[in-house]
Amino acid sequence: MNTIAEIPNEEYILKCTSACAGCGSLLTLRYVLKAAGPDTVLVMPACCTAAFQGIYPKTAFTVPVVNIAFGAAAACASGMSSLFRATGRKTKVIVYAGDGGTLDIGLQAMSGAFERGTDFLYICYDNEAYGNTGMQRSSATPLGAKTTTTPAGKPEVKKDIDAIIDAHEPPYQATACSSYPQDLFRKVQNALTFRGPTFIHVLSPCPPGWRYPTEKTVEIGKLAVKSGMWVLYEREYGKITINAPSKAAMKKPVALEEYLASQGRFKGIDSKTVEILKQQIQKDQDRLAAEEAAP
Amino acid sequence: MKKIATGNKAVAEAVKQAKPDVVAAYPITPQTEIVETLADYITSGQLSSQYIPVESEHSAMAACIGASISGGRTFTATSSQGLAYMHEMTNWAAGARLPIVMTNVNRSLAPGWNIWVEHTDAMQERDTGWLQVYVSTVQEAYDTTLMAFRIAEHTDVLLPVMINLDGFTLSHIMQPLDTVELGNFIPPINLPNAVDPNNPGGYGTLTGPADYIRFRWEIERSMRDAFPVIKKTHEDFFKSFGRRYGFTEEYQCDDADVIVIALGTLGKEAEVAVDILRKEGIKAGSMRLRWFRPFPKLDLAGKDVVVIDRDYSFGFGGVVAHSIRAKNQMEVFSVIAGLGGQEVTYDDIAVFVRNRHIGEEFWFGVNNHV
Repeated sequence: MNTIAEIPNEEYILKCTSACAGCGSLLTLRYVLKAAGPDTVLVMPACCTAAFQGIYPKTAFTVPVVNIAFGAAAACASGMSSLFRATGRKTKVIVYAGDGGTLDIGLQAMSGAFERGTDFLYICYDNEAYGNTGMQRSSATPLGAKTTTTPAGKPEVKKDIDAIIDAHEPPYQATACSSYPQDLFRKVQNALTFRGPTFIHVLSPCPPGWRYPTEKTVEIGKLAVKSGMWVLYEREYGKITINAPSKAAMKKPVALEEYLASQGRFKGIDSKTVEILKQQIQKDQDRLAAEEAAP
Repeated sequence: MKKIATGNKAVAEAVKQAKPDVVAAYPITPQTEIVETLADYITSGQLSSQYIPVESEHSAMAACIGASISGGRTFTATSSQGLAYMHEMTNWAAGARLPIVMTNVNRSLAPGWNIWVEHTDAMQERDTGWLQVYVSTVQEAYDTTLMAFRIAEHTDVLLPVMINLDGFTLSHIMQPLDTVELGNFIPPINLPNAVDPNNPGGYGTLTGPADYIRFRWEIERSMRDAFPVIKKTHEDFFKSFGRRYGFTEEYQCDDADVIVIALGTLGKEAEVAVDILRKEGIKAGSMRLRWFRPFPKLDLAGKDVVVIDRDYSFGFGGVVAHSIRAKNQMEVFSVIAGLGGQEVTYDDIAVFVRNRHIGEEFWFGVNNHV
């Protein structure tokens, strides 16, 4: 996939959802569904996307959406996938969950489903806080970011969910970002070629939560990658490939301060916290690069 | 075929014959033998279900929901803490109108840790929209499990069914079991709104108040419609296999002056107490309540009623006693007994009847005015 023109024109999300202007999750889901196609069921726990899917009897999505309790998405998908495969159906089962429903309340069910080898794709769209309830901290909130429950900035670092997934040794896992639709599209298509549990962790910027103008969603996502705050990579049977935009960022990064200054949530962050963030970025990059270089 | 089995084995045998598409379960004492036996049936090829060894009861019910919403027949079993942990999802199963069948082996709730029989675990699920039935013998556990699939999946019902089985006093005791040739007693499952990408829709989407209350009413309407479906299933079961069941099991009630009402094995024990009391000239009867949801009409007019609750709603009273007070507009003698596996013999039950104080509540083994 080289150009955006190669992504199919079919839309699986109808116009005029109640998503916020500039919603990164809406953008993420748009490309996930374009890649998955119509023979797909979405399993969705409580999250922003569940809130903007439409109100009964209407729905904004043209594939079946099974809503389920906050901590139960992966388990529900297990039951569904198990029945589909036993009855010879190839329907793709995709969990579409936020960072709260994945890193926090949904972690146990997700770990169980991965350990059991469930045939499904788990997409975590990460807006780095509990967006649907109005931006409270999650374990995906980065160090120093202000949320409504960390008004002075979050004192802890972001949980490394990708390392937790890696420990389950799935056949395929990747990170992505809604600002890189070709990359996201390709990764979803690739994930769906594997039998077993696959995972894509998609950074999906959030204008009201991160406190930036709505037209900047794509720009902010790109800044996250270029500054090294977000690394694009994928692992196939454990073998890691760091993707080109992050390779470039590792060689010549945009200053982290530029990324932080672009969002109100980092306003007033002190230099010591910025230094810790930089060290964390370097440590993560070194670890991933060493893993890629290893024979 | 005649054999000897525990209550747990009898349930597993019935589930094997009902052929669920998916079994998702997590072990818990005293239920474990059910899911172990099913896993063994599946591994040895006697049952072709998918077995999902989930990491928790919350996930067990969620996995059943995923399989059921996609059109499959599903089964799980749990007990006590497991049922409590599952509670969020039991609400979901009923609200989504999924005919999941579950055995709950009744056990007390911690703390303190206590693995023995009590009904409070199931009573805490009373308002979720699940049908609830309580059984008293190994044979009844088997027969009722077969009937549960047919009742749950009936298009007039489409609600989940919970079969309650007393921990240890029924789950682990051995009694004769007569298994049946099932034939087409349980029709193939056919869920009208199963997930289908060719006919996409939202399941459990955001719902406004006007539609939400209508959906709640539809659950209640199906609960009421379940009465004739249960009755017909009992009748067809009798015609096919020769064993008769009702909403209650009545023993010597017709001419009785005093009736004992209890659930599960205590209800069966009460029949022995009735025999003892009748020999003394006390015209006693026993009315063992089988179906608790939907709650049947009980004919108790003009009789003294002694209710034994193996459960409690703190700050209020015994759940069964209150149900009868409210539904029959009458006072009862409410006995709270058998909590946490406390031994209650037929002699004890006879004492409750002899020394009854209508309008009062008595905690067996705690206060001793009886």
